[in-house]
Amino acid sequence: MLGGKPLQISMRALGATTVFDVTGDLDLAHSPEVRKALLTEIKEKKTLKVVMNMSKVRYIDSSGVASLVEGLKASRDAGTRFLLVGLSPAAREVLQLSRLLKIFETFDTEEAALAG
Amino acid sequence: MAQGQLLRVELPSDPSMLCVVRGAIERLTEAFGFSAPEVRSVTRAVDEALTNIMRHSYGGALDRRIEVSCLRVAKKRATNAEGFEVRLVDYGPKIDPAKLRGRKLEEIKPGGLGLHFIRQSMDVVEFRRARGANVLRLVKYLSPEGQEGN
Repeated sequence: MLGGKPLQISMRALGATTVFDVTGDLDLAHSPEVRKALLTEIKEKKTLKVVMNMSKVRYIDSSGVASLVEGLKASRDAGTRFLLVGLSPAAREVLQLSRLLKIFETFDTEEAALAG
Repeated sequence: MAQGQLLRVELPSDPSMLCVVRGAIERLTEAFGFSAPEVRSVTRAVDEALTNIMRHSYGGALDRRIEVSCLRVAKKRATNAEGFEVRLVDYGPKIDPAKLRGRKLEEIKPGGLGLHFIRQSMDVVEFRRARGANVLRLVKYLSPEGQEGN
């Protein structure tokens, strides 16, 4: 890696829910990693509820948005749920620009997402 | 800030370089006088343009050359605003202009958003093929408020 900050993805299992904590920039350098983790959890492990904590995602580009959309589509196909938590203003702005914010279930806090 | 060329860099088509360029564009556009939303907007456009080059023009190869130049351009007559121009040059195959339209936002599917972000962010988006290279020219003009503070 030449100049990119490494993306960190950690995973927590809370009953039938898996929470991904993502830290870093969700761009072309890192979105394939996120996409792979999401699709493994949703399509292979068939986890009933997947929560993506994005409170530490500083930047997201179209490839990052595409990964989230793929996660959402996979969860709809599987009849499960895919939730976004803690969208930063920058991430929210990009999802609004792409008119995709409304298709996601979004929550301000993890507690709200887990209860929702 | 000096007139004319502000920055010129060559970088490999490696996605790990994207955050480096974003950092440079953020600082440069702040210094140029853009507002915070405009800084984010121009930075996003350049990031998306580079992403398109890496993915589509160079097909994911990590070691091809991309040139990025940033310039202060002449005032636009109508608004008397100065512009921040970014020129991105790659040496991949000729791009079919028909593929530069992007997709309809009504469709919910991954991909195809980059061009939409670029067009939404910039005042001028021009593409041309010159001397075996693809040249993308992006310009954002300073709003009158930004110009006063510059």
